[in-house]
Amino acid sequence: MADNLNIHQIAVVPEQVTNIFKPLATPSESIYQISLLTLAICGVIFLIVGGLLVYTIIRFRTRSNDEQSEPPQIYGSNQIELAWTVFPILIVFVLILVTARTISDVQNATHPPDSLKVTVVGHQWWWEIRYPDLGIVTANELHVPVSDPAKPRRTVLKLQSADVAHSYWVPQLSGKVDLIPNRDNYMWFDPKQTGLYLGNCAEYCGTQHAHMLIRVIVHQQEEFDRWVLEQQKPAVDNREVTAGRKVFLSTSCVNCHTISGTIAGGKFGPDLTHLMSRDTLGAGAIKNTPNLLRAWVHDPQKLKEGCLMPDMQLSQQELDLIVAYLSTLK
Amino acid sequence: MAVQEVALARAPEMHPSIITRLHELVVTVDHKKLGLMYIAAALFFFTVAGSMAALMRLQLVVPNNDFISPQVFNRLFTMHGTAMVFLVGMPILAGLANYLVPLMIGARDMALPRLNAFGFWMFFFGGLLLYFSYLAGAGLSGMGSAPDVGWFAYSPLTARAFSPGMSTDYWILAILLGGIGSIVTAINLIATIFCMRCKGMTLMRMPMFVWLMLIVAGMILLAMPPLSAAQIMLLLDRFLGAMFFDTQAGGSAVLWQHFFWIFGHPEVYILIMPAFAVASEIIPVFSRKPIFGYPFMVAAAIMIGFISFGVWAHHMFTVGMSSIGNTFFAVTTMLVGVPTGIKIFNWLGTMYGGKIRFELPMLFCIGFLFQFLIAGLTGIMLAAAPFDWQLSDSTFVVAHFHFVLIGGLLYTIFAAIYYWYPKAIGRMLNKKLGLWHFWLFTIGFHLTFDTMHIPGFLGMPRRIYTYDAGRGWEVFNMISTIGVALQAAAVLCLVINLLWSARKGEKAGDDPWDAWTLEWATTSPPPAYNFEVLPKVRSRRPLWDIKHPEDPDWRYE
Repeated sequence: MADNLNIHQIAVVPEQVTNIFKPLATPSESIYQISLLTLAICGVIFLIVGGLLVYTIIRFRTRSNDEQSEPPQIYGSNQIELAWTVFPILIVFVLILVTARTISDVQNATHPPDSLKVTVVGHQWWWEIRYPDLGIVTANELHVPVSDPAKPRRTVLKLQSADVAHSYWVPQLSGKVDLIPNRDNYMWFDPKQTGLYLGNCAEYCGTQHAHMLIRVIVHQQEEFDRWVLEQQKPAVDNREVTAGRKVFLSTSCVNCHTISGTIAGGKFGPDLTHLMSRDTLGAGAIKNTPNLLRAWVHDPQKLKEGCLMPDMQLSQQELDLIVAYLSTLK
Repeated sequence: MAVQEVALARAPEMHPSIITRLHELVVTVDHKKLGLMYIAAALFFFTVAGSMAALMRLQLVVPNNDFISPQVFNRLFTMHGTAMVFLVGMPILAGLANYLVPLMIGARDMALPRLNAFGFWMFFFGGLLLYFSYLAGAGLSGMGSAPDVGWFAYSPLTARAFSPGMSTDYWILAILLGGIGSIVTAINLIATIFCMRCKGMTLMRMPMFVWLMLIVAGMILLAMPPLSAAQIMLLLDRFLGAMFFDTQAGGSAVLWQHFFWIFGHPEVYILIMPAFAVASEIIPVFSRKPIFGYPFMVAAAIMIGFISFGVWAHHMFTVGMSSIGNTFFAVTTMLVGVPTGIKIFNWLGTMYGGKIRFELPMLFCIGFLFQFLIAGLTGIMLAAAPFDWQLSDSTFVVAHFHFVLIGGLLYTIFAAIYYWYPKAIGRMLNKKLGLWHFWLFTIGFHLTFDTMHIPGFLGMPRRIYTYDAGRGWEVFNMISTIGVALQAAAVLCLVINLLWSARKGEKAGDDPWDAWTLEWATTSPPPAYNFEVLPKVRSRRPLWDIKHPEDPDWRYE
């Protein structure tokens, strides 16, 4: 249980990793620009109107020496009304133009043919990630190549949902876009730096909405290509864990999970073919370590209450065998 | 006259039994009693739903807290949101309108008193039904408790597959009942305002409060039916397999969002217009000047009412609308800023050149002005669709709409309580306790909600029952939770004040604030028939005309 103390420390991440004001891709940068403009305009309005309010309250407070008489009764002024109608209209007009341009820049961008295409499918409560052109299926952790100025490379996500509405939000890469059943939505980004980007599901989707962590790992192109090659291989078939493999394939694990090259072909849960290449379990609920993996297989409800993977009631021996087998799925 | 004096003199000796008094509440059709019942019930639900918010803040005070389970947390925010909108906001506006509109237009009661009582009981039992789900939500299937689908209940989370048991059905039925209550109240208000005004009170001589309530009533009539229709469709989905929103059978999840927000956005204005209504009465009286630019205030309110029906999809900037759709709704939403700005400037113009008296109602209205200004500006940020792609569904949005509904609406409700309590009860509220209430609440409110904007910038989504350390969210969540303790203490001050002052408060007299509208022309509390002789008015400020015969308003209007 010593693991319990630090099960939540997924990884050491820089503090600003989900700050919308530290954009690291074109769409998030466009949004950042318009955010600054909007904040500046709103800040100035606040200072002016707030200042006038403070001035009025102080200047026109009742003083103790003249409580009796009423002040001059003023009913209004058409000129003043006109002034404070026209100025806001001008400000709104400017904001509208900028907004329309940014919307168009982000939404109507045309993507070069070499863009990486990925399909993300939201599930209660994890992300299925498919690379249709590369034949890869994985979960929760999205790997993409970096886009450096010399060789720009875009990633285009097709967003779908298998059950209820979710929302994909990686603040440093792009604004959020919802994943809605029976509908294809799109999002794109071109990460300017390698490294780990985090995000969360941003549309309430049921019990474990809080534990739908998004991890985007941005690689150098060569590193990404290596990752692709690894993922394209079928599952490791290690003779030492044949017994565990047998137990796994003979239980109902196979109804929900896929391991390529075996009869396990379930689609409800995450693909386990390269389980051990991932850093977290349960969509970021816990770190992927041997001890925690064992705890997870034993009773996921203890680590992610309400998640759809049941306690399989495995014996200690079955548990050891299955975990030993899963641990080889690099 | 003589008969009345005898009756008044005898009243204190009679002491009707509790049963008699309760019976009277059940059968009453008096607009003042119903108004106070609405307000009392709303304040009751307010304390319940507020406590639920406090529990959520306790859970979020530190990262990875185990105070409450995810299931309980999800029920809490669903019930908190639903109750605050449908069991607090709507009934409190119905209560204020019920109590004040007939008095302000010089009428003896609402146009349809029985319908009025019907509306109250629909709301009240709807509210009880919603909370009854905690006991009965499990139903025969033994799954579920209170609703846990969020207050806007996005489909297909509400489909049978994802929401087994009866919890969602309780949510639907409770809101349907509340909707019936709201619709009949709206009909009644419109009928009353159009048909029952006293002699001389033309539409353009009505107090701003009455104008705004008329607009609210019109908006309820247009906005409620789409919600009721959607609730019935959802009910058909759940019980008869109608498949409107059931995506697994080819239904549309986005359709629900359109239905909900075409109600939901006007609803926000339905809730904030009563705040405007209260502020437009109190600010002039305590600035000792008439409302600045009355016709522009009326026109601005009507414009807000109209525009509010064309902005609903700004709640849906992230669902994948086309760029044209997004631009359209960004434009309409920003346009709301123009008439809203006009209103703020006119309140400012009313105060400018006046003699501002810092009584409790005015203090709360000043708080309202600052906080509503901030709420409006964060609203502009959210209207810029690309900015919204980042901010939507983050804690920034939560902070924004609590600035509208607490900083805006609730502050004016408090102002209204301090302002009209003397009229309704006949005694003043204690000023010292009131000041404690104001300052504790203001500090608490700003601790909680100013800080809540920031985690939104740092990527914290709303409605998560827990979060990991290390994203820069901890300190803001901690401060947010601390603020709740101050707000709770402030509300306690109010409750004590309300109870204590009813017996021990200083006698108010008919017109404690030296005000100008008709409700102050009758006794405090007003008799059942409101006015012995129905008044005749010649201007917007009939009591000013009486108090200043040398300089009456009707000369200038």
